[in-house]
Amino acid sequence: MTDVQQEPGKSLTGLTKVRRLPPEVSILLVLFGIILVFEVLGWLIIGQSFIANKQRISIIVLQVAVTGIIAIGVTQVIITAGVDLSSGSMVGFIAMVAASLAQVSTNERAVYLSQGWVDLNPLWAIAVGLLLGAFLGMINGFIIAKTKIPPFIATLGMMVSARGLAKWYTLGQPVALLTDSFSWFGHSFPVMGFPVPRPVIVFLIVAVIFHVMLTYTRYGKFTYAIGANPQAARVSGINISNHLIKVYTIAGLLSGLAAVMTAARAESAQPGMGVGYELDAIASCVIGGTSLGGGVGRITGTFIGTIILGVVTSGFTFLQVGAYYQEIVKGIIIIAAVVIDQYRQNRRRKTS
Amino acid sequence: MVSPSTMKAVRESGAVPNAEYVLEVEDVRKEFPGVLALDNVQFKLRRGTVHALMGENGAGKSTLMKIIAGIYTPDSGTFKLRGVDIRLKSPLDALENGIAMIHQELNLMGPMTVAENIWIRREPKNSWGLINHGEMRLRTEELFKRLNIDIDPMVEVRMLSVANRQMVEIAKAVSFNSDVLIMDEPTSALTEKEVTHLFQIIRVLKAEGKGIIYITHKMSELFEIADEVSVFRDGKYITTKLSSQVTRDEIIRMMVGRDITQMFPKETVPIGKVKLSVKGLTLDGVFKDVSFDVREGEILGIAGLVGSGRSNIAETLFGVTPASSGTIEIDGKLIAIKSPGQAMANGLAFLTEDRKDTGCFLLLDIQDNTQMAVLQNRYVSYGFVQQKQLSKDSSIMAQTLRVRTPDMQEPIMNLSGGNQQKVLIARWLLTKPRILILDEPTRGIDVGAKAEIHRLVSQLAGQGVAVIMISSEMPEVLGMSDRIMVVHEGRVTGLLDRKDANQVKIMELASH
Ligand SMILES: Nc1ncnc2c1ncn2[C@@H]1O[C@H](COP(=O)(O)OP(=O)(O)OP(=O)(O)O)[C@@H](O)[C@H]1O
Ligand SMILES: [Mg+2]
Repeated sequence: MTDVQQEPGKSLTGLTKVRRLPPEVSILLVLFGIILVFEVLGWLIIGQSFIANKQRISIIVLQVAVTGIIAIGVTQVIITAGVDLSSGSMVGFIAMVAASLAQVSTNERAVYLSQGWVDLNPLWAIAVGLLLGAFLGMINGFIIAKTKIPPFIATLGMMVSARGLAKWYTLGQPVALLTDSFSWFGHSFPVMGFPVPRPVIVFLIVAVIFHVMLTYTRYGKFTYAIGANPQAARVSGINISNHLIKVYTIAGLLSGLAAVMTAARAESAQPGMGVGYELDAIASCVIGGTSLGGGVGRITGTFIGTIILGVVTSGFTFLQVGAYYQEIVKGIIIIAAVVIDQYRQNRRRKTS
Repeated sequence: MVSPSTMKAVRESGAVPNAEYVLEVEDVRKEFPGVLALDNVQFKLRRGTVHALMGENGAGKSTLMKIIAGIYTPDSGTFKLRGVDIRLKSPLDALENGIAMIHQELNLMGPMTVAENIWIRREPKNSWGLINHGEMRLRTEELFKRLNIDIDPMVEVRMLSVANRQMVEIAKAVSFNSDVLIMDEPTSALTEKEVTHLFQIIRVLKAEGKGIIYITHKMSELFEIADEVSVFRDGKYITTKLSSQVTRDEIIRMMVGRDITQMFPKETVPIGKVKLSVKGLTLDGVFKDVSFDVREGEILGIAGLVGSGRSNIAETLFGVTPASSGTIEIDGKLIAIKSPGQAMANGLAFLTEDRKDTGCFLLLDIQDNTQMAVLQNRYVSYGFVQQKQLSKDSSIMAQTLRVRTPDMQEPIMNLSGGNQQKVLIARWLLTKPRILILDEPTRGIDVGAKAEIHRLVSQLAGQGVAVIMISSEMPEVLGMSDRIMVVHEGRVTGLLDRKDANQVKIMELASH
């Protein structure tokens, strides 16, 4: 075999190299478009700028941080051609458990873990939250890998059961009065005058880690392979069952993390927390270009998708659109974003 | 220019002008990003003839056919159907105007029955407007009878072998009763027996006055079935000749632009000790009591008809479908192979026969497709892919195999069929196997690259790799193998030495 000698700009076979835009470009344009629309409407309707408002930006990012963390886990699940419907319910249950371990010791507790008289280190609550998430995710993965039932059904079951667990845990009572050291994780700190919520930092770190994982590790490559063609993946030596268990475990872990952040931010927990988060998370993935058919998707896309959802929600509040209308239009926007994105991608594929 | 719908009406009324050429295309140009797939080519098809289209992998054959069948829109070009200018805008337009195509890759829906697949979108309806399954079945049986095909119309397609699926595709295309029938490498999944059968079908169609475009990489077929042959190279039209007036070497020279000196560059290499020893291998209901040895440096060919269990034996060796009983020894040690992962850990590699189903990750790029198997054992440290080194080695491999692509980031979906096959071969060679199982390794691969792959396999054997090669192409089995094992209905019916083997003997053993 000879050395590869490549002319610059020419490929292996002398064909001209193709310049490829990253797939996120089109979805980023959608985001800018939406912001522009709100900006214009803002000036027209209430005479204010939408974007030049620190408070609002801070709210947007805080809103998206929690569903964003979930969406990152769900992205890798969807890349394997699966889906995770249980994340919202897991947030409810795990928030309850974590909060119960973070209650102030001098107050009466909703749940007695009768260690008695000291405030637990918040790391306990966090560790238990993460592990519990990972454990529930592992159950999802195990069921899917071993029984071969569709992920939709498996995680639907988990969704219902975990919500039940959340209610059972305190018999429906909320868990309140959490220690300051735990709530600290949900608070903001100022950066150059901007109030930056800590969950946002966590979201960013998680996003970077998972972007790296999906792009540069074997774990990531196998995740795409399984979604793209499970049979070929198997013949390539990939242990699909094991890998799926890992993927769902990690998704669960991130749901656990989201749960802890939710409880810390609210300084309390209640069984109804996280309702609908799973759908927001899935929507973020899909808006960001992840294909429900599997094999396609990137964290960068999901990241932008999450922000689009956040911008839309706070944009409506900004325009003082009623809550009912907000939901109606949000649904339409989710569909529109995906349609525009697909249209652009198809056209790029055909013409150039 | 007439519109496709007018033309359709004219055709249906039976008042079709009878031109010498059923189809004429000229100055067709088609560019993909980074690839000029067709550079002002022309193609003319006479009625009642078989016109072969030859060219290397990526020469633009399938692209031109897809343009004719209304799937791609050309950047420019003129198009005449029976002498009438026309522009077809969709596959439906083409079908309604009498152009049917058998695609290079199978396009059937696995969970649906054979009959449903054939009549999809044309299902016979009853008076309630619902699908009339009885009628559909009858029509299928009629069609199969006419074509002499022996497949149950009510069986689900996914239960069929690749070859039988191909026959269904052929029947489906014929069922449109079109004037132009395009066959893009229809025989790449067929064994000699079905090929003969297909040729019978083609002769009948030809006698009915239809024009048939036939793409193949098998020279022998060309001289057997084609009247005319057109050659393409690198997206350019080279020439059209009567097949009776060219020689095989002339065609190869026009295709490749150089001479290919040796077709089966088999080296005689020292044969070492027994590498793989299989005893009494059985997969219930599929094959029984299969025993053989392969030695280091040896190439064991496996021949047999479609459905004989050739591929199943390979799958079982590789752990895709673990054996019901029997033993596998490697280097004299008994080992259990229950999954492909285990097989790979023991130095096996397995190129499967169906590149679409079990080979390509169509959504991923060439780089990922090349590296997916090797990541199992190498080029990974602390979970991270050592992409730089791996990309370099993959590129070298792709280049050795002459994958025609702008770069390794191209989605494999955009490659021509033969080039996809080369990528899959690269995937397995990259794993540096000690036992290499190849199931139809050169399916869809052009003559030049075929010789290159044979040379590589020979070279690997020279390095002590034990090779098992399943092939439906008789010259390939005869030319490359040291020994040939013949399988018939799940049993080994013979093991021939290279010097004793010939086509007749093999066919005898293969069909008993
Ligand atoms: N959809 C596509 N997008 C980009 N490039 C494409 C696309 N389809 C084909 N090509 C390129 O166009 C060239 C011609 O491809 P084509 O499939 O026509 O080759 P072919 O002659 O049929 O080869 P083979 O013998 O391997 O089937 C190839 O280089 C291929 O990579
Ligand atoms: Mg082709």
